[in-house]
Amino acid sequence: MLSRVAERIYWQARYLERVENTARLLSVFSSLLLDLPGRTKLGWRALVRITGTTESFATRYNIATEINLAQFLISDDCDASICSMLSMARENARTTREVMPTEAFERINNLYYYTQSAADGAVVRSARNEMLERIIESCQQIFGMLAGTMSRDASYTFVRMGRALERADMVTRIVDVGARKLFSHPGKGAVAPRFPEPYEGILWMNVLRSQSAYQMYRQHVRRRVNGEDVVRFLLQDEEFPRAAIHNLTTISKILSKLPNNAEVDDLVDEAKRHVMQSQVADLLEDGLTEYIDEIQIKFAAIHDAVTRTWFLPGN
Amino acid sequence: MQIDWQSYNPGDFHDEMIERPGAPRPTAQRLAAYLESLDRKDLDEKKLAAQLAIKTMGISFTVYSDGENIDREWPFDLIPRVIPAPEWEVTRRGLDQRVRALNCFIHDVYNDQKVFKDKIIDPELILDSVNFRPQCLGIKPRYNVWAHICGTDLIRDEQGRFMVLEDNLRVPSGVSYMLENRRVIKRVFPELFENYDIQPVTEYPQELFDMLASLSPRRQAFPEVVVLTPGIYNSAYFEHSYLAQRMGAELVEGSDLVVENDRVYMRNIGGLSQVDVIYRRIDDMFLDPAVFNSESMLGVPGLFQAWVKGNVSLANAPGAGVADDKVVYTYVPDFIKYYLDEDPILPNVPSYRCFNDKERQHVLANLDKLVVKPANESGGYGMLMGPQASASEREEFARRIKDNPRNYLGQPLISLSTVPILGNRAAEPRHVDLRPFILQAADSYVTPGGLTRVALVEGSYIVNSSQGGGSKDTWVVMG
Repeated sequence: MLSRVAERIYWQARYLERVENTARLLSVFSSLLLDLPGRTKLGWRALVRITGTTESFATRYNIATEINLAQFLISDDCDASICSMLSMARENARTTREVMPTEAFERINNLYYYTQSAADGAVVRSARNEMLERIIESCQQIFGMLAGTMSRDASYTFVRMGRALERADMVTRIVDVGARKLFSHPGKGAVAPRFPEPYEGILWMNVLRSQSAYQMYRQHVRRRVNGEDVVRFLLQDEEFPRAAIHNLTTISKILSKLPNNAEVDDLVDEAKRHVMQSQVADLLEDGLTEYIDEIQIKFAAIHDAVTRTWFLPGN
Repeated sequence: MQIDWQSYNPGDFHDEMIERPGAPRPTAQRLAAYLESLDRKDLDEKKLAAQLAIKTMGISFTVYSDGENIDREWPFDLIPRVIPAPEWEVTRRGLDQRVRALNCFIHDVYNDQKVFKDKIIDPELILDSVNFRPQCLGIKPRYNVWAHICGTDLIRDEQGRFMVLEDNLRVPSGVSYMLENRRVIKRVFPELFENYDIQPVTEYPQELFDMLASLSPRRQAFPEVVVLTPGIYNSAYFEHSYLAQRMGAELVEGSDLVVENDRVYMRNIGGLSQVDVIYRRIDDMFLDPAVFNSESMLGVPGLFQAWVKGNVSLANAPGAGVADDKVVYTYVPDFIKYYLDEDPILPNVPSYRCFNDKERQHVLANLDKLVVKPANESGGYGMLMGPQASASEREEFARRIKDNPRNYLGQPLISLSTVPILGNRAAEPRHVDLRPFILQAADSYVTPGGLTRVALVEGSYIVNSSQGGGSKDTWVVMG
């Protein structure tokens, strides 16, 4: 297949997955807010960190309030917003219509129009939740449709690769923020405050929910929700489809469909070793953030190698 | 009851739906009766459903306006246009005949030039044409066919006879809209199909692919066929992508291709792979900066030489546009006689050639009655509609004709036939033309019907989508 087309398909999948994740994060934050007592100040700023948009947010807003974040991540004209990511996903879909199933294009197109029309109303919490749910559903439908109709050729391999890398990337960001604590008490000085006990469980529960992982965690871990097990589950559980290691393994498995895959294969193996070798309990005491940074650097190296190997027109 | 054929009045024009107010034509009777049975609410719902379907399906075209590209949804009218099958069969044979003669002519121009020696046409008219490519002299494409895909515009006159308005032999577009119009109608108005046997149009992409594959220089089971597009900002990008998808062919841009050792390759994820046939949707002048316009960023350096060497086939062949010229058009009936020894089945619109002194005098003296067209423009640009033009516009055209008589052609204003569209009030008559598509290689294929373009503005003759025209599904129906 053409390099240019491969690149667009890969990005289309990444954008769609990122849209879904952004919608999940926003909706989980809204529900987390309802679970917490008024005196805890919810750290909306964490969403800025998870989405890696600190600078872009700072140029638009002074404070990280719910309304500002909702606007920023849903409708603003910036790379991080659901609207503009969908517009890019649609543009990539529009320019790869010759290889993608027609029905999938129509879904992406409809989702784009729906979001454009619903975005302005989404500052109201109830309307926002309805909209986010529909976005999540639609993304799932689109990927389901691709899975159900595309031959397992190079095109579909790039769909899966884009989605897997995006998922692995997002889950590590979420773990990072969970560990940094989503909350801050006003006026306690420079030392990071200990999170109030009864709510720590709620925090980690919501981290799980943001990845639709709560139910599977309960079934497979079978322990009370706690930071250590949640981090281990989201990073190292081979069977959970949003866990970092599961997605890296997915990439390893599908690479055989592509030519010249040696370099990417090596980098994926390296990232897998790094994810699996860590002792989560120790990291939670100290160094989790640095550790996550290292993983992120490895993901970026995989992405660069993918681009170099298959997308650059020079060949 | 919203639509009432009693009060639908096309005046003096030939209307394809009714013979006279209240009396639908025999093949349209069931359609007319069904439409009459719908109330306002039904019709509004159908209209809305069609708009939604077009938006969802992403059927769009791009308009250039004030330097910006705007992707617009395709303007579409719900009432199908009905053409009786026996009448279409004659038209189909006429189109096939016409394109065969045109291909003989193009091949002759670039090879033996018998048509000049036998004084059928003055060589100057051809050799000085902006569409003549001296680089193509002596080349013999497979089957001696140059124009593989042709879109011929037909109109019906006051008596309802089909006539040829022009032949588009360069990069004719519109076929994807013909196919999508049928899909939209099936989606929102399936009831219409119950009482009719309608010739299907869906095989076109398959026919197109088979024709293209038959041009492959390498004899192999799966020739690599690609569609070459100028890119997403081109007004017909939707169609390029649509046809590639329906054929299962790659859609490539110039930068995806590279020529090495006079062979064309595409840049794939695994390296380079050879291309056999290119359905190019880029004008000649932009195909290859090494041979034509050296500024072109759209084309592929070395492509022309690869074609000359016979290592890749181009459809349509470079230079085919020499017959896509409104002056050459006037000679097509002569070509049919000369090359095929047959009588033309489809008539031309009577035309006055401005390079001929007598005919030019006639045009200049009758500018208020005639339509004046430039020889090489498409899309309805640069025309003078005499009866509607102002005195100063007519003076301007008189000056242009005297400056460059070769480039102009006068034709009487033909009263185009009308068909009903679903207007805001009820059914309203509007003028239409028809663009069937003709494929030609070893065999030929003609689409049943074609793309009907309709002037949505009352009384207007301008059907081009870039200038406010719309379209309709077109049915060739049995009895």
